[in-house]
Amino acid sequence: MAINERLSGNEAVSFAIKQINPDVVAAYPITPSTEIPQFISQYIANGEMTTVYVPVESEHSSMSACIGSEAAGARSMTATSSCGLAYMFEMLYIAASNRLPITMAVVNRALSGPININNDHSDSMGARDAGWLQIYAENAQEAYDNFIQCVRIGEHKDVKLPVMACQDGFITSHAVERLELIETDKVKAFVGEYKPEKYLLNPDEILAVGPYDTPQYYMEHKKAQTEAMKNARKAIKEIAKEFEAMTGRKYDMLEEYRMDDAEYAVIIIGSSAGAGKEAVDELRNAGVKAGLIKVRVFRPFPDEELVAALKKVKGVAIMDKTDSFSAAGGPLGAEVKAAIYGKVDGITAANYIYGLGGRDVRVEHIKQVFEEIAELVKTGKAPETYKYLAIRE
Amino acid sequence: MAYNFKEVMNRPDRLASGHRMCAGCGAPIAVRAVLKAIKPEDHAVICSATCCLEVSTCMYPYTSWKDSFIHSAFENAGATICGVEAAHRSLAAQGKAPQNYKFLAFGGDGGTYDIGFQSLSGAMERNQDMVYVCYDNGAYMNTGIQRSSATPKYADTTTSATGKASAGKQQNRKDLTEIIAAHHVPYAAQTTFIGNLKDLYEKAEKAIYTPGAAFLNVMAPCPRGWRYETEDIMEICKMAVETCYWPLYEVENDVWKINYEPKNKRPIEDFLKTQGRFKHLFKKGNEELIAEIQRDVDARWELLLKKAK
Ligand SMILES: Cc1ncc(C[n+]2csc(CCOP(=O)(O)OP(=O)(O)O)c2C)c(N)n1
Ligand code: SF4
Ligand SMILES: [Mg+2]
Repeated sequence: MAINERLSGNEAVSFAIKQINPDVVAAYPITPSTEIPQFISQYIANGEMTTVYVPVESEHSSMSACIGSEAAGARSMTATSSCGLAYMFEMLYIAASNRLPITMAVVNRALSGPININNDHSDSMGARDAGWLQIYAENAQEAYDNFIQCVRIGEHKDVKLPVMACQDGFITSHAVERLELIETDKVKAFVGEYKPEKYLLNPDEILAVGPYDTPQYYMEHKKAQTEAMKNARKAIKEIAKEFEAMTGRKYDMLEEYRMDDAEYAVIIIGSSAGAGKEAVDELRNAGVKAGLIKVRVFRPFPDEELVAALKKVKGVAIMDKTDSFSAAGGPLGAEVKAAIYGKVDGITAANYIYGLGGRDVRVEHIKQVFEEIAELVKTGKAPETYKYLAIRE
Repeated sequence: MAYNFKEVMNRPDRLASGHRMCAGCGAPIAVRAVLKAIKPEDHAVICSATCCLEVSTCMYPYTSWKDSFIHSAFENAGATICGVEAAHRSLAAQGKAPQNYKFLAFGGDGGTYDIGFQSLSGAMERNQDMVYVCYDNGAYMNTGIQRSSATPKYADTTTSATGKASAGKQQNRKDLTEIIAAHHVPYAAQTTFIGNLKDLYEKAEKAIYTPGAAFLNVMAPCPRGWRYETEDIMEICKMAVETCYWPLYEVENDVWKINYEPKNKRPIEDFLKTQGRFKHLFKKGNEELIAEIQRDVDARWELLLKKAK
């Protein structure tokens, strides 16, 4: 019997970690992810977990310790937000290139500066090219479900890459929701035992990790890394199917909401999909053919799925909860446009930057976006390259 | 166990000879000697920071290391080996790894005194069961002899250049062994290459077989950076100790012990004159700079004597 509980996103992820009981956790406090290492520390103190916890002196060291422990053959996890993720930057690339399937709970928070503790996606989006998978949750239930799947996906034999399981700071991490938890024995059976092929603590076979790589080999290693990222698509889908069989909850690269006959769509990541879906419902009631695409998996990028979902759409708004300061829009905007270029005819695509540093995103805002794209489609005008939403001029 | 030079030297090397370090380099001498102190029947995982040692001993698809080895970055050997040790604690408790594993990290002075200082300090404070070995050659050699906080005052390096307006590095050398001792770890020691390497071996053995975090600071000359003839290395190390520039001492459970007190402390010139990096100090008019170095060495030695009382 599934367990019905009222939990916050942080509690849900911590509970998943407790159920999985990884070999090693190394973590460092930062708002809003701090609760995760706190809960784990308490679970260990209560004797509810046997995980070895490494109370490091920084996030640089939490990622470094995870690299060491995962390479040594231990299932390793950490959690962070914002500046903590930025502080790991160099090590993120090293974890990925060493093909170490570390699972990291990222509780998304704006990057400094100015310092701000509230939600946006500047932290994980800043690390989008680090070679990690990135899977985003809309709510606590998804944060829990994704986290459990992430462990399997990263460790999949054709993938072997680290994974960020992202949820929105405060909005998801601290708000308490009703959710359905899976029995611990089922979670344990689902993730299975971690059995790495090669690891440092194998007395029968020595291993060298992180050698100096020359131009003769470096590029082949990068190619292998990109192939692993491509393989992740299949693994994500397979594991989602298994997860659905266990829980009845369905997951994929994208979630399409009322997209079947949609003429106008927004593409969005994370918790704001909630407000987006409400806006879609209200517009549908008013006779507008609105739909929403929630990008669950940003790495690997769901390019084919987006093309398929947008085939019949006239106008799309791509919503970025971060600015890339390219002066040409946000990362999701750039990548969606690149993915559909030459593949979706005659679509009007507008890029919005919204919700930075915890700025509220309400149903009216999303409705306004729909109105604006409908107007562009009607007049045939080209959209501005990108636009800030709900901004004081 | 008493040190038996022949027996120790006959143990198989855990660092193979096919590496790319320069002839006369102190680093591989330090590494080999330290690794000899691991009982042949024990397993080890070795970590190295990015440095001359790492880039010359582990170039894909080869490795000179006969034990499992991990390099991840320049500034995090402390945290990386702690991750490995944590994994071992977890897996050994689950019966998934043998108990008899030892964990050693090597870093140059740059990766240890400077950029890796925080990671090292964290590892020492957590008192994880590992040994951190700094091979101190007093500059960033791998990137072309830039000054570090281990570079002695007035040494000529590529970022503390000598010229009409400067006599080399203007700042003092950090005392890292003392700083690590202040972490109250079970074992911290300083050594270099003396005689038949007994001091180095014994300290390595203690460091490796003392439960908890241990730190070894091994002065390991670099012929390129220090500018000496390769065959002079043992003489230079001897002079470092005889002048009390690099005292041999250890701190075991907060008890300070000097392992060698020269009967007649040699003047610091005897150390300085062996190396091209101090050549400018012997020009006419720079006598006061040498006198200042002498006063600094004397003062540090006096303090050490007090601590070891
Ligand atoms: C974050 C970072 N900064 C700088 C470097 C460049 N770097 C590599 S090795 C090195 C110097 C190493 O000096 P040290 O630790 O003293 O070892 P040595 O080469 O002297 O043996 C530097 C500056 C780097 N690899 N990573
Ligand atoms: S440059 Fe110096 S430290 Fe580096 S390998 Fe050569 S002798 Fe050794
Ligand atoms: Mg050095």
